[in-house]
Amino acid sequence: MAIFVDENTLVLVQGLTGGQGRFHGLRNRDYGTQVVAGVTPGKGGQDVEGIPIFDSVAEAVASTGATASFVAVPPKAAPAAILEAAAAGVGFIVCITEGIPAQDEAKVFNMLQRDFPDSRLLGPNCPGVISPGKCNIGITAGEIAQLPTADGPNVGIVSRSGTLTYQALYELKQAGIGVSTCVGVGGDPVPGTSFVDCLAEFEADPETHAVMMIGEIGGSAEEEAADFIRSSVSKPMSAYVAGVTAPAGKKMGHAGAIVSGGKGTAQGKIDALRAAGVKVGLNPTEAGQLMAEIVAAG
Amino acid sequence: MDLFEYQGKQYFARYDIPVSAGDVATTVDEAVAAAEAAEYPVVVKAQVQVGGRGKAGGIKLANDADEVREHAGNILGMDIKGHVVERLWVEHASDIDEEYYASFTLDRAAKLHLLMLSAKGGVDIEEVAETDPDAIVKLHIDPVDGLSTDAARQAAVDATIPERALDGVAEILVQLYRCFTEGDCDLAEINPLILKPTGEVHALDAKVSLDNSAAFRHPEWEEYSATEVLDERERLAKERHLQYIGLEGSVGIIANGAGLAMSTLDVVNQAGGDAANFLDIGGGANADVMAAALEVINTDEAVRSIFINIFGGITRGEEVAKGIVEAVGRVQLRAPMVIRLDGTNAEEGRRILLDAAIPDEQLTTRTTMLEAAKAAVAIANGREAT
Repeated sequence: MAIFVDENTLVLVQGLTGGQGRFHGLRNRDYGTQVVAGVTPGKGGQDVEGIPIFDSVAEAVASTGATASFVAVPPKAAPAAILEAAAAGVGFIVCITEGIPAQDEAKVFNMLQRDFPDSRLLGPNCPGVISPGKCNIGITAGEIAQLPTADGPNVGIVSRSGTLTYQALYELKQAGIGVSTCVGVGGDPVPGTSFVDCLAEFEADPETHAVMMIGEIGGSAEEEAADFIRSSVSKPMSAYVAGVTAPAGKKMGHAGAIVSGGKGTAQGKIDALRAAGVKVGLNPTEAGQLMAEIVAAG
Repeated sequence: MDLFEYQGKQYFARYDIPVSAGDVATTVDEAVAAAEAAEYPVVVKAQVQVGGRGKAGGIKLANDADEVREHAGNILGMDIKGHVVERLWVEHASDIDEEYYASFTLDRAAKLHLLMLSAKGGVDIEEVAETDPDAIVKLHIDPVDGLSTDAARQAAVDATIPERALDGVAEILVQLYRCFTEGDCDLAEINPLILKPTGEVHALDAKVSLDNSAAFRHPEWEEYSATEVLDERERLAKERHLQYIGLEGSVGIIANGAGLAMSTLDVVNQAGGDAANFLDIGGGANADVMAAALEVINTDEAVRSIFINIFGGITRGEEVAKGIVEAVGRVQLRAPMVIRLDGTNAEEGRRILLDAAIPDEQLTTRTTMLEAAKAAVAIANGREAT
C-alpha cells in the first residue's frame, strides 16, 4: 500500500518534449515509474526515448490507459493543461510548475471541484509525490527515499516545501526509517491537495504508521490540519514549521509563504499543532529525531 | 508588488473606477502645476507605502498656489516612519457625505474570492474588525462565476449602505472586482470609498498589491517595478534574478530552495544570531548563480559571516561544490564562509571543497544545519568557529 500512487500507476507527461518534462520524466522512468506516454500538441507520433508522444491527453489515455498525469509545462500553459487532463478522465494530476498567477490557480481549483470532482490535483509549484520503490512523479531525487519495509513501521511525509521534503526524506533515511509515501503539496496560495487531504489518506493507509509534516508561514493550512488531527488522526505525528523568523509582509520565496496582518505566523501554527498532540521540532533535524523517537517507541 | 496610492489610482482608472482628478509631482513646481490642472481646493498627499500619513502631517489641504508651495515644500523629503517622501499626489479635494470600505482578496482557506464591505470606512479596518465585526459584510465569490451587479448590490444593502448610494457602490464593486481579477491583484482595497453630496460614489484612496507571477501578461506593470522600494542589496539581487529579501542581521544566507532558506534563517536565530538576508538560489546551484549570490551578499556591509546551506537532490553534491569553488575564485569575499553540504553525494562535494585550497580562515565546513549555524554565528560575533 501507499497513497495516491503505486506500482500500478500509469503516468503520462504533459510537456515530455520540453526541457523540464524530458529531464524529470525520464528520471522518473529510470526510477521504475511506469511512464507510458507524453503529450505535446503538434508532436503526436514522435517518441522520447521510446515513450510515445500524443497530440492530446485524451488520445494518450485512450491508447495507453494512463491513470496519472505529470504536468511539466510553463505557467502560461499549465492551467489549460491541468483542465485538459481532468477532462480526459485522468484521476491524479501532478503539476510542478512554479509561477502560475494566483487568479488562474483559484479558477482551476474551483473548476476541478465543480466539473471534475474525481480528479485530484497535486500542486502547483510542488516537488511531486514518491511512493519509494513503486512510483516517483515529479522532481524528487528517488535515491534519497528509504524503501518501506513489509512489517513497518513506515512513515508518511507531507510538506509544502521541496528542499525541506528532501531534508525530511534524508533525515528518515539516516535513521533507517522506511517511507510509505512522500507528498509535496507545494508552496502556492491555492494548492489542489491540502495537508488535510493527505492526512486523511495516510490515516486510512495500513502501510503508514506515523506521519511527518513540514509546514511553513502563510495561510492557515497547518491550523486546518491541526483541527483535523484532533478529530480524525490516530497515528502519531512529528512536524516542523519553517519561517519562525520571517519578517511580516514579505513573500519568502514561495508565493504562499507570507505573514500578513499578523496572520499565518509560524508560532501560531506550531502552537496549533502542539495543541493537537503533534511533536513539533524547531528545525527539520529535530522533527526527524522526534519521528525516530516515535518509531522507536512503537 | 505593492503600488503607491497614485499608481493604484491610475490602475483603478484603467478599470473605470472613478477617482479624483490629479497628478503626481516630485517637485514643488510640479505640485503647483498639478494643483492648477486639478482645480482648487486640492489635497497634497505624501506617497509612501506606510499607514499613518495623515497623522504624520503628510496629507494637507491647499486652497491656492501659495498653500500648495508651502505644503509640498514641507512634505517632500519628510520622513514618515522611515519612509522618505519622494513623490506627491495632488488631487482635487472632494466634498464627503459618507465614507465606506471595500476590498477584494483571495481567502486561502475557503479557496474563494472574498469581498469585505463596510459602511464604516475611512478608519483602520483591522480595528473595525476587532471592535465591531458585524459592521463588516463578508461575501465569498466563486472565481468561476464572478460577481454580479445584483450580488454586489445585495452586499451593499447588507452593509447598511444608504439607498441613494446603493447603485453607485454596486457599480464600483463590480469594477473593482474586475480590477482584482483581470488586473491580477493580490489585494484591491478602497478606504475610504466616498459618497459625495451629489450622490456620486468614488475612490478617495487606493491600496493595490499585484501578483508578481502574473507580470508576464501585464506589460504595463514595468513602470511600477521601476519605482519599487528596494534597498541597494535588493536592487542588485533583482538584476541578477535572485529571490532575495534584505534583513538586519550579520549572517549572510545562501540556500537552495525557499523552504530550506527560511529554515536557515530559523536555525541561525536558534544559534543566537541574526540573518542578514533571505536568499534562495533554487535547485541548480551552478557557479554562475552562486557567484551572483555571493556578489549580492558582498554588498551588505553588515555581513560578518556567510552561511551557505545546500541540500543536494538531483543536483549532486560534487556539482554544487565545483560551483562554489569556481564562484569563490571569481568573487573577493568580504567575510568567511561556513558551508553545510548534505544530501546526494555530499561527501564527494565536501572533499572537493577541502581540496580546493581555500584558506581555512575563509572556509569552514559542517555536516548538519545546526552545527553550521553555530559556526556562522560564532564567526559573525567575532569568535572562532567551534
